[in-house]
Amino acid sequence: MVVDKSLELFDCGHRACGGCGPALAARLILKAAGKNTIVATATGCLEVFSSPYPETAWKVPWIHSLFENAAAVGSGIEAALKRQGRSEKVLVIGGDGASFDIGMLCISGAFERGHDLTYICYDNEAYMNTGIQRSGATPLDAHTTTSPAGRCSTGNSRPKKDMPAILAAHGAPYVATTSIAYPNDLMQKVERAMEVKGPCYVQVHAPCATGWGFESDRTMVVGKLAVETGLFVLFEQTDGTVTKVKKVMRKPVEEYLKVQKRFAHLFKPRRNEVEIARIQAMADANAAKYGIDIKLKKPMEKPAEKPVEKPGG
Amino acid sequence: MMRFIEGSIAVAEAVRMCRPQVISAYPITPQTHIVEALAEMVANCTLDAEYITVESEFSALSACLGAVAAGSRAYSATTSQGLFLMFEPCFNLAGMRLPMVMTIANRAVSAPLSIWNDQQDSISLRDSGWMQFYAEDNQEAADLHYLAYKVSEDHKVLLPAMVCFDGFILTHTYEPVDMPAQEQVDAYLPRFVPFEKLDAHDPISFGMFAFPEYYMEFRYAVDQAMQRAREKIRDAGKDLAGKIGRDYSAFVEGYQLEDAETVLIAMGSLCGTIKDAIDEMRGAGRKVGLLRIRTYRPFPGEEILAALSGAKRVAVLDKNISLGSKGAVGLEVKDALYGSGIPVLDYIVGLGGRDLRKRDIARIADLAEKGEGDLFYGLREGVA
Repeated sequence: MVVDKSLELFDCGHRACGGCGPALAARLILKAAGKNTIVATATGCLEVFSSPYPETAWKVPWIHSLFENAAAVGSGIEAALKRQGRSEKVLVIGGDGASFDIGMLCISGAFERGHDLTYICYDNEAYMNTGIQRSGATPLDAHTTTSPAGRCSTGNSRPKKDMPAILAAHGAPYVATTSIAYPNDLMQKVERAMEVKGPCYVQVHAPCATGWGFESDRTMVVGKLAVETGLFVLFEQTDGTVTKVKKVMRKPVEEYLKVQKRFAHLFKPRRNEVEIARIQAMADANAAKYGIDIKLKKPMEKPAEKPVEKPGG
Repeated sequence: MMRFIEGSIAVAEAVRMCRPQVISAYPITPQTHIVEALAEMVANCTLDAEYITVESEFSALSACLGAVAAGSRAYSATTSQGLFLMFEPCFNLAGMRLPMVMTIANRAVSAPLSIWNDQQDSISLRDSGWMQFYAEDNQEAADLHYLAYKVSEDHKVLLPAMVCFDGFILTHTYEPVDMPAQEQVDAYLPRFVPFEKLDAHDPISFGMFAFPEYYMEFRYAVDQAMQRAREKIRDAGKDLAGKIGRDYSAFVEGYQLEDAETVLIAMGSLCGTIKDAIDEMRGAGRKVGLLRIRTYRPFPGEEILAALSGAKRVAVLDKNISLGSKGAVGLEVKDALYGSGIPVLDYIVGLGGRDLRKRDIARIADLAEKGEGDLFYGLREGVA
């Protein structure tokens, strides 16, 4: 079934911050999912800013129950639809806290049971709704209010949990990562996940201007830099095999780090070469694992050097 | 048809006749026989339902929540720790006005770990917005499921309901139970008609975020629904009596109450023992009676007051304790009798499966007559 992507099913007028990545994610996700969708959302930024009673931004049937149970609620909806012989698709949306941490049990259960639903994690890499606390999705060295950089801390001490690998290990038929900075990629992957039967997982990198510390007009730029530096890899995995990877002309990680206040302590008062090198090594490892580097067939020819004319020569 | 069956099987058979469309449960002693029986029915196509075998009670109730919101009749069963893991979705379902029925095989709560009976588990959920019914025997345990669905799904109520019956004492006990015919249950309990549901043709938002200017009204609405449930329980009880010949319309049930000076109050299977003890005490010329609470939520304060007009004293036997205070039922009975001048004495009994025998009931009546109460009854010697 072709989804009419001209429809705006996530309405304007909600209460998200300026430049909110998750709000853009929700808009694009619903464009791709289409009208014949029932959405279950976990507690979090998206739920709070989109549903302040008596207003709602959701133009599809939508339910929010609790923080950690969205995947279980989705399981129940899917079972009910099946029993009633209905055609709607079930889409579950949670933030990284709801997905990587507190709701992990319910997601694992739903995927193991093989419900026909799509789970989308909008990943803004911390608990933003409660005021920027670290989650299992917070990257190494990011400053948050519970992983603050300080005299004896360089911020978050652990790398991001590999959630796509965990869900792929459940036997999910389709697992993908995408970013709001690549709208077409995002919509294609969501559409694909909705088409594929069984539990599918899509992780959407969704920069948070407020939590990461950048100007609200830089969301797309920051999102792109995460991908271009190799710190967030866009890939598609079908039945356990990586089938598609977004290749990039890789930039050094500091181009991404230095535009965000959450990494400012890596540059001021002095550059922390050790930590920047650790993060660069992670990007290099990602590049090696997924093969994201664009390899030119032949080295670029150097432009013919003009003889340097000496002044006054 | 009269059948000699285990309590859990009677309940499972009753649930089957209620035609739930989605069942989701997680195994926990002593609830397991119920969910095993239902799984077998689904496996043998004698029950046409989706059975979601979840990874926790938390997900069990969350899945039921989603199923009801999508317009299906849902069922679960649990007890003790499992119910506590459901604490959060319990409140959530009631707040979202999603009707369903869950069986509670009453069991003590940890620590220490105990699989045996008391009523601390469901009593601790008394503030959740679920209706609560407590069965004395397996006939009542089975029958209350028909009533619970009927009231829960009434559009003037729309609140979930727990049918509570004592773990092991009832769940694992064989008794003769009259099972009505499917046609009788169908005639009583029509198909589930949701008030609202998740539907792509008519999109609405469920479970929104409320600022302080709206929140209180939502909670008021839940309480109002609970108040409206009073009348609906009476009506549904009378309706059921017309269909199957057993009447559960009264919230409380009296035994030898008429001239009773000392009235014992209790819930659940303990009341069977109390009735036998009362027969013996009556034989010895003592004016003792029983008031059994069947419907605990909504709380039947007025009915209790009306039933106790002739009592000189009331002894409440609580299979629970609000630690740092008293037994939960005793506290509410006191509230119901406030201003009546009838003294209410509270006895914490039977925690963690401690047996209560007829002679214990007589001793509690003795204590009440001496004005000694508000104590744990039957502690090991040297503890108190």
